[in-house]
Amino acid sequence: METYLLALGILDSGTRLAVPLLCACLAGLYSEKAGVVDIGLEGKLLGAAFASATTALATGSALLGLMAGIAVSLMLSLVHGFACITQRGNQIVTGVAINVLVAGLTALLGHAWYKQGGRTPSLEGAARLNEIQLPFAATLESVPILGPFYAEVVSGHALPVYLAFLAVPLTWFLLYRTRWGLRIRAVGENPAAVDTAGISVTRLRYSAVLACGLLCGIGGAYMSVAQAAGFLPHMTAGKGFIALAALIFAKWRPVAALWACLLFGLLDAAAIRLQGVVLPGIGEVPVQAIQALPYMLTVILLAGFVGRAIPPKASGVPYVKER
Amino acid sequence: MSARPVTLPRWADVYLMPALNVGLAFLASGLVVLAIGESPLEATTLLLRGALGHAEGIGFTLYYTTNFIFTGLAVAVAFHAGLFNIGGEGQAMLGGIGAAIAALMLGSLPGILALPAAILAAALFGAGWAAIPGWLQAKRGSHVVITTIMFNFIASALLVYLLVDVFRPAGMMEPSSRVFGEGGKLPFLHEIAAKLGMKLPKSPLNLSFVLALASAVAVWLLIYRSRLGYAIRTVGANPTAARYAGISPERITILAMAISGALAGMMAVNEILGVQHRLLLAFTAGYGFVGIAVALMGRGHPAGIVFAALLFGVLYQGGTELAFDKPNISRDMIVVIQGLVILFAGALEFMLKPWVAKLLAGGEQA
Amino acid sequence: MSNPAIRLVGIEKRFGAVHANRSVDLVVENGSIHGIIGENGAGKSTLMSILFGFYEADSGEIIVQGKPIRIRSPADAIAAGIGMVHQHFMLVDTMSVAENVMLGMEGGAFTESGLSKARAEIIRFGAEYGIQVEPDAMVGELSVGLQQRVEIIKALYRGARILILDEPTGVLTPAEAEQLFRALAELRRQGRTILLITHKLKEIMAITDHVSVMRRGAMVAHRKTGETNPQELAELMVGRPVGQPVRAPGITGQDVLLDVRNLKVTDARGVLRVDDVTFAVRAGEILGIAGVSGNGQSELVESLAGMMPRRAGEVFVCGKPVPPEADAGTLRAMGLAHVPEDRQRMGLVTIFPAHESAILGRQDNPDYGTGLFIDQKAAIADTAGKMSRFDVRPPDPLLKTANFSGGNQQKIVIAREVETEPDVLLIAQPTRGVDIGAIAFIHRKILDLKAAGKAILLVSVELDEIFALSDRICVMCGGRLMGMRHTEETDQNEIGLMMAGLEAKPGENAA
Repeated sequence: METYLLALGILDSGTRLAVPLLCACLAGLYSEKAGVVDIGLEGKLLGAAFASATTALATGSALLGLMAGIAVSLMLSLVHGFACITQRGNQIVTGVAINVLVAGLTALLGHAWYKQGGRTPSLEGAARLNEIQLPFAATLESVPILGPFYAEVVSGHALPVYLAFLAVPLTWFLLYRTRWGLRIRAVGENPAAVDTAGISVTRLRYSAVLACGLLCGIGGAYMSVAQAAGFLPHMTAGKGFIALAALIFAKWRPVAALWACLLFGLLDAAAIRLQGVVLPGIGEVPVQAIQALPYMLTVILLAGFVGRAIPPKASGVPYVKER
Repeated sequence: MSARPVTLPRWADVYLMPALNVGLAFLASGLVVLAIGESPLEATTLLLRGALGHAEGIGFTLYYTTNFIFTGLAVAVAFHAGLFNIGGEGQAMLGGIGAAIAALMLGSLPGILALPAAILAAALFGAGWAAIPGWLQAKRGSHVVITTIMFNFIASALLVYLLVDVFRPAGMMEPSSRVFGEGGKLPFLHEIAAKLGMKLPKSPLNLSFVLALASAVAVWLLIYRSRLGYAIRTVGANPTAARYAGISPERITILAMAISGALAGMMAVNEILGVQHRLLLAFTAGYGFVGIAVALMGRGHPAGIVFAALLFGVLYQGGTELAFDKPNISRDMIVVIQGLVILFAGALEFMLKPWVAKLLAGGEQA
Repeated sequence: MSNPAIRLVGIEKRFGAVHANRSVDLVVENGSIHGIIGENGAGKSTLMSILFGFYEADSGEIIVQGKPIRIRSPADAIAAGIGMVHQHFMLVDTMSVAENVMLGMEGGAFTESGLSKARAEIIRFGAEYGIQVEPDAMVGELSVGLQQRVEIIKALYRGARILILDEPTGVLTPAEAEQLFRALAELRRQGRTILLITHKLKEIMAITDHVSVMRRGAMVAHRKTGETNPQELAELMVGRPVGQPVRAPGITGQDVLLDVRNLKVTDARGVLRVDDVTFAVRAGEILGIAGVSGNGQSELVESLAGMMPRRAGEVFVCGKPVPPEADAGTLRAMGLAHVPEDRQRMGLVTIFPAHESAILGRQDNPDYGTGLFIDQKAAIADTAGKMSRFDVRPPDPLLKTANFSGGNQQKIVIAREVETEPDVLLIAQPTRGVDIGAIAFIHRKILDLKAAGKAILLVSVELDEIFALSDRICVMCGGRLMGMRHTEETDQNEIGLMMAGLEAKPGENAA
């Protein structure tokens, strides 16, 4: 039973750690499905985290913070779109630019505004998105096996957690059951097919890039106003890149993205819990090996040693009509 | 929508456009300074004075410049082969590991023996770490951009592991190696100057600055004068033409990545052998990413890269001093400028082009 | 009298220096199949792209069903009832047939109802016109023939009354082409209008009601199909020979310098492009290979040049066997030179200064320095010499390659390949996109090489060129070599018909 509770604990923290990953991963999914490679997920997460924390601090409202995070992330998406879609600039360079710019800007502004080395003062009360206790969590806890699972893992998370998990079926539905999704999938594979069908490639790609911004906004806000109580410079710490890895790992599919993010979140949680723990037969596990695992798995997958990850055919290529 | 390419005269393409784009980046940076309630003019003055106004500042400026020359050259060599190496950070970390292993092992020998070995180790480790993504792209079709990003994180985990579990002397709290023997330390320039009877103020500037300048010359020779460089540029510009010419794009991809990684790895020569004299965490400090801005600004040409590296050296040193004088403007301002340079000189490279073309054409007609 | 389906008046289109359409007029009657025939690069595809709104014409008028309209985008064309089956299919491989068909015509925010409608229509069209496709199949997994059906259904689903097909049989097997023509006939019977772009005379004769001939961007003739014949069309298409052949008859040498036996080449996707080709070229001989482009000539040359691996067969250069894994460098060392069909794609590096393009493929030659470095001065001096001997203008070795005209770029390539004194030359499309003056110069150079005892394999889609230079001519069609002729014993009509896929007279092998 104790092992079970320990496992539930890891599962619970793994779920929390997976949320920003999941948001950024689904965000990247929209963008890359439409043919715009986004390695600026990290920057968008970070920008949103900063905007959310500062707004929540100023207004005392976590919800306003969330909205501000989304707004800033959308703005970054527009910058990305302007450079990559309108100006047909290099998508990789644009992503790097956004990451570097946001890393500098958030730390600079945080420092200038709060004089605490870039961090915001702690958020308290209504300025944080509090955990939502699902009905009957306390009552059901006594039910064996499922009770603790419900109480520990399912219940007791902040709003963005539920939004992120809801975004998975929603994304699936949008991509595979709606007109917009059909066109998004088409434009990332063969923009000329969309163009000759009389649909604007530019408008479609902008809409996908904005969907990406929206999700990164939620993920970033979660990090600073729910998971933590405020903003810290560089607090995303590579989450945007793990999300990218998860996206490749999931082969650009929404439901698989959920599992990939949960797996990577769990690895993260396990790495924290297993620090210094001696496992029978293996000895002390180097935590760094577990932390590096998502990246190593992704490289192995990309190299085609296990399965094959094939990105949308037109991703990374600006659309230019050919003669 | 017409996709007619706009053409500019060569001088405008090579000098005017980058200057305009970088100017735009600085203009935007000025707005940021204004937004946090400081005067951009005053900040610029303080920054320049801090970087170039006194001998010690110049020493620091050139010390930063050294790092950026290495990482900028690294990005540029890959760029010439049509590859985007974002893995400079990781390759520099591996370079540090290589340099440290050599310096720890050979530190008791005289420097004339130990140092070349340590420098070579830095280059080889960096080269190896970059050659793997190169090989994966050439032979397995996985994109170098994504794999080098992944390799940055793997390198970082490896470095932490080595420092915590392998190199850390017993009883020490900080994750770092022991200090190298005398033979594993590159001399500081002020030490060399003192031996020659000149007095220079103390600064971290060391012999690797000379190595960096030599590397820039070597890269220029490699890219623009050597047979290998010819092959690299051919593959980067037109892989089909390369195959036509009997040049194997696969082989060149791996080689170019290895050379790029070696240059990034040599950044550790400055930091580890030149300044810190031990292996420690986070010594790369994002300099690998600065290389991207430097290479874009320098348009991939070693002379442009040395110039851009110097500019970023000024920004880093001046920015540090500025942060003392104007606590509101923290050192993060440098990162902001770096981001804006990548944005305007890289991503939005062609934004002003039609406008400039129209202006020039108008000027000719008038 | 009812209005024609389409009337084009004075359509003009330029791409930079290329005059793709010159004052083109065209009338297409409702309920007919109208063929447009012409050689590659005659401007047919450009004209159709203008009609479908992919490009806008520089000037000219488009009148559909009596109404003048402006077609600025494919959406305008679709609205005017025009549908197009592109030469390169505009399909999304990772989506199903039904999803592809409904793209842009989804009929609502959700795809559910649209999908069932599309499925039903696909089945209906399939039954009606004999173009059955499984609606839920993944497009990427279909054969090209079936993919083409999807394209046709896509157009019909958009309510196209006028259907443009651009080289529809280029990718089809004969049986598939047969089925396509039956479907087209059925579409015509039901009152739809079809514009068929092709360079195959046989197809024009078999199925069209009217035919228009294009040559060098202009419309040169309109005929009722019943009132013309393949010979007349071939002549119109190819045009009269411009001037007498400059050929110096007779082969100067005896030794076989290029010997190709049972060569087979497959492309990256595993499709057989060169099928069991055997020939020999002797010293002082020019062997011309005619053929419509895309029939395996490119693969033949690239394989011989070491750019593509060969699947089977043997190749001998100057009597020495060429190892199967030999790359372009190895073959050059064996005495082979290669003027590629597309100088911009492989023969030059356009961003390099001319002197660097002028050593491409010879970058390891000791003339340009020994050891690790290239001797810039030697390369520049060498290039300056080539430029003066080949009359390249401007004669500036440091000028960027892209800034030379097409003819001058081609002279740089030819100078480079010729001046290393090779024994065997592969020359593909030597005068493509080259101005008249340069053509004569290049032809003279090729004949000089023959006189100097080189073995030359000349591949060209220009029949004039083949006839002006070759000692023997054969036609490449569907990856196979057919009908080897001595130049004296044949004429452009015969070769033109063979190129167009009509039967060659049997038993006349000049090998």
